[in-house]
Amino acid sequence: MAHHDASKDTFAKYLLWNAERFRDRPAMRFKDYGIWQSWSWAEQLEEVRAFALGLQKIGLKRGDKIAVIGSNRPRLYWTFAAAQSLGAVPVPVYADSVAEEMAYVLNHAEVTFAVVEDQEQVDKVLSISEEVPLLTEIVYDEERGLRDYDHTHLHAYDHLREEGFRRLAEEPEASANWLVEIDKGRGSDLSVMLYTSGTTGRPKGVMLSNDNFVRSAINGNAFDNLTENETIIAYLPLAWVGDHLFSYAQSYTAGFCVACPESPETVNEDRREIAPTYFFAPPRVFEAMLTAIMVRMEDAGKIKKGMFDYFLAHAAKVGERILNGEEVGLVDRLKYRLGEFMVYGPLKNRMGFSNMRVGYTAGEAIGPELFSFYRSLGLNLKQLYGQTEATVYITAQEDGKIRPDTVGLPSPEVEIRIAESGEVMYRSPGVFVGYYKNDEATRETKTEDGWVHTGDAGFFDTDGQLKIIDRAKDVGKLASGALFAPKYIENTLKFFPDIQEAVAFGHGREFCAAFINIDLQAVGNWAERNNIAYASYQELAGHPRVYETIAAHVNEANRRLAREPLMAASQIRRFLVLHKELDADDGELTRTQKVRRKFIAERYGELIEALYDGSSEKFVETQVTYEDGRKGIIRATVKIVDAEIHAVPAENVREAAE
Amino acid sequence: MNPRPDPNQLTAPDDGIARGGVLLDVKNVSLSFGGVKAITDISLDVLKGEIRAIIGPNGAGKTSMLNVINGFYTPQEGAIIFRGRERRSMKPHEAVGQGIARTFQNVALFKGMSTLDNIMAGRSVMMKRNIGWQMLWHGPALREEIEHREKVEEIIDFLEIQHIRRTPVGKLPYGLQKRVELGRALAMEPTLLLLDEPMAGMNLEEKEDMSRFIIDVNQQRGTTIALIEHDMGVVMDLSDRVVVLDYGKKIADGPPDEVKNNQDVIDAYLGVPH
Repeated sequence: MAHHDASKDTFAKYLLWNAERFRDRPAMRFKDYGIWQSWSWAEQLEEVRAFALGLQKIGLKRGDKIAVIGSNRPRLYWTFAAAQSLGAVPVPVYADSVAEEMAYVLNHAEVTFAVVEDQEQVDKVLSISEEVPLLTEIVYDEERGLRDYDHTHLHAYDHLREEGFRRLAEEPEASANWLVEIDKGRGSDLSVMLYTSGTTGRPKGVMLSNDNFVRSAINGNAFDNLTENETIIAYLPLAWVGDHLFSYAQSYTAGFCVACPESPETVNEDRREIAPTYFFAPPRVFEAMLTAIMVRMEDAGKIKKGMFDYFLAHAAKVGERILNGEEVGLVDRLKYRLGEFMVYGPLKNRMGFSNMRVGYTAGEAIGPELFSFYRSLGLNLKQLYGQTEATVYITAQEDGKIRPDTVGLPSPEVEIRIAESGEVMYRSPGVFVGYYKNDEATRETKTEDGWVHTGDAGFFDTDGQLKIIDRAKDVGKLASGALFAPKYIENTLKFFPDIQEAVAFGHGREFCAAFINIDLQAVGNWAERNNIAYASYQELAGHPRVYETIAAHVNEANRRLAREPLMAASQIRRFLVLHKELDADDGELTRTQKVRRKFIAERYGELIEALYDGSSEKFVETQVTYEDGRKGIIRATVKIVDAEIHAVPAENVREAAE
Repeated sequence: MNPRPDPNQLTAPDDGIARGGVLLDVKNVSLSFGGVKAITDISLDVLKGEIRAIIGPNGAGKTSMLNVINGFYTPQEGAIIFRGRERRSMKPHEAVGQGIARTFQNVALFKGMSTLDNIMAGRSVMMKRNIGWQMLWHGPALREEIEHREKVEEIIDFLEIQHIRRTPVGKLPYGLQKRVELGRALAMEPTLLLLDEPMAGMNLEEKEDMSRFIIDVNQQRGTTIALIEHDMGVVMDLSDRVVVLDYGKKIADGPPDEVKNNQDVIDAYLGVPH
């Protein structure tokens, strides 16, 4: 709490303070033209002020909502601070959302201004301008392709920035007035409005105050000892609460440097160059990284592959114990050192984790093997459980008290209780103000005394760590009455690199069955190595040999489920490999890549019936949406396969009987 | 601090021809290989700043036409006037020196070299230091290299190929290779850019991307473009003027809409017995 000062209750105030206390320390980096450009805190202040004065010139004022759309780049982060300094409320929007979704959010949030990255976003916003009558002024960063557009209400970021500098030079009171505006900001003011992607229904606008973000950020900094010496790479969507906390709120409160990648495609490369000390990723990012490495290792020479396998096996044996500070024999320690030199070090360097001090995964449950893999390399990877409505933190794992199957202890200043229904509830300084223009939803979620329903079912383990099973509303029962937790089953399946996504069914049914999506990278590579020709995703997915591989994975997953007393009943009896990738553009996944169960159940109703009626194949037609919004139809005959069921090991039966 | 350079910086060298003036004038050109007449008495012009398309069915003489403009073939008859200077024959490297760059129907890149090096190779014609200096790689040669690298980085940014900067070109999918080839041609900062079937073998998405880039090159950099294309739809959307060849003869010339409704063109594409 060394850097905490109660008078600093907004991010604009932090910006002014940081420009004093961290003057020449880097605040922001951005790779442009192949070179990392950087801005110190003093320079960042200059940039934010100039842009704020430019925005003021085109009419932005206190209380206005300003949409921010694009990928992670310094100017969009500066937009947050510039808008907040004037008392306006930024509303970051998922850059990849289709026009219709965007129109809903912009309209609902009543935004009057938008700051966007490039022509693509300008076009998208212009295409929905009729549905969003309040939105008048659009500012863009990249000029490319926009020169011939009508610039009556369209502004180049560069121009506003120059306008700001001109005002600073020519209007003597501009700067002082700006400071007055900053001074008017209060902790209780709205800081930002974030739309939840919503696994069900329309997105809701979560109103979060400056207090919410400042307090959560400071608590998080203290919990992980984050200081101005950290480096973080900003690559997750701006509209996601996690990015706003890690890449903005925590950077401003702790004073550390945020690095923005050159483009979304270069993130892996850029991360390697930056080597962040503080890193955050949803499990699928860790999964993709591991898959990429494993695929490449398949093509490696014999000696390399042998060495890799040998030392990874050793890491799996002792790595985590060494990281946890447990007792490990000298020989094993020495061998681990050697492994660090030969394999783990280079591997971490490859992934950009050489300097990682604190790493988090959240958003979804992470496969225990996946989690252990990274930890066994000596990476301090931890789990965190959070929500937009909580300004992220609900629970987090403390250094040294890490288990793969829990999400940790309550975060600082967070109270947690388990409702009668098994639902997890919390109360904290991060608890949101309310849903924008939706009092009914606010009342449903937040009690009068500030407790918030998470919608997740969970329980406290004996050591006080919280364990999440599934979404409370998704937990169901098989016809036999046995517990059915679809996400748990899906996660067991998704651990296999070949399986990208899975959807389990079973509520009210005789048995559990699943849809499986193959991972194109992993399976495609395997096909290449085995001389299996395919022309499309669909053909590969339906290939008999792919089915064989997936059947082996399902079999293994069943073996694992059989070991868990609660889950043994929901072993997968039948499965099919879907002919198309589940996609957010088709509404099958949320923008944060979570499965939208109900929607899938409706869309693929025929296939689900086929899973249960015993048929061995089913012809389906599926509508798909292409990237440019046009629609098409995919036709396929999907095979349905029976899987092997494992007996519950004897000791479990006894346990269950007791 | 503002690292963003002016996008106009890389426009083609000034040659005294105003936008809309005749940049290239091909007059009554005929080309034959032995007894085979590839091009018969064709005249066409390319105006500065436009996108000019040359289309026609297979074997119509499109690539031959491009090769004539490029200096790769020397026509038996006719004249070519480029930037006000008439010529009968010219070597391809002289064409480059005069500001003509091209891409090929089948990608012609150095497969083992990275994207960056391939585009850098496009700058080699402009490097002034001799090989001795370049081998020393110090002082003026290094400064020159840095200047060129900056231009190359601008092209990489322009074509959105940052993520493959270090990837050997042979490993890239076809659509990206085509983009790299365009990058290499742009690196020469041409006055006239010749594109030989830039969309050949591409899927719909790649075609749309490529169209976008071609329009951007034309609008942002003011580069005049002459392109050969098979895909009628793309051509009509992209070009300012279209010339249609069939069996080595010019059968139509004009704005896309006019050409589209021309009966000879329709016949040529649908196939009417000759």
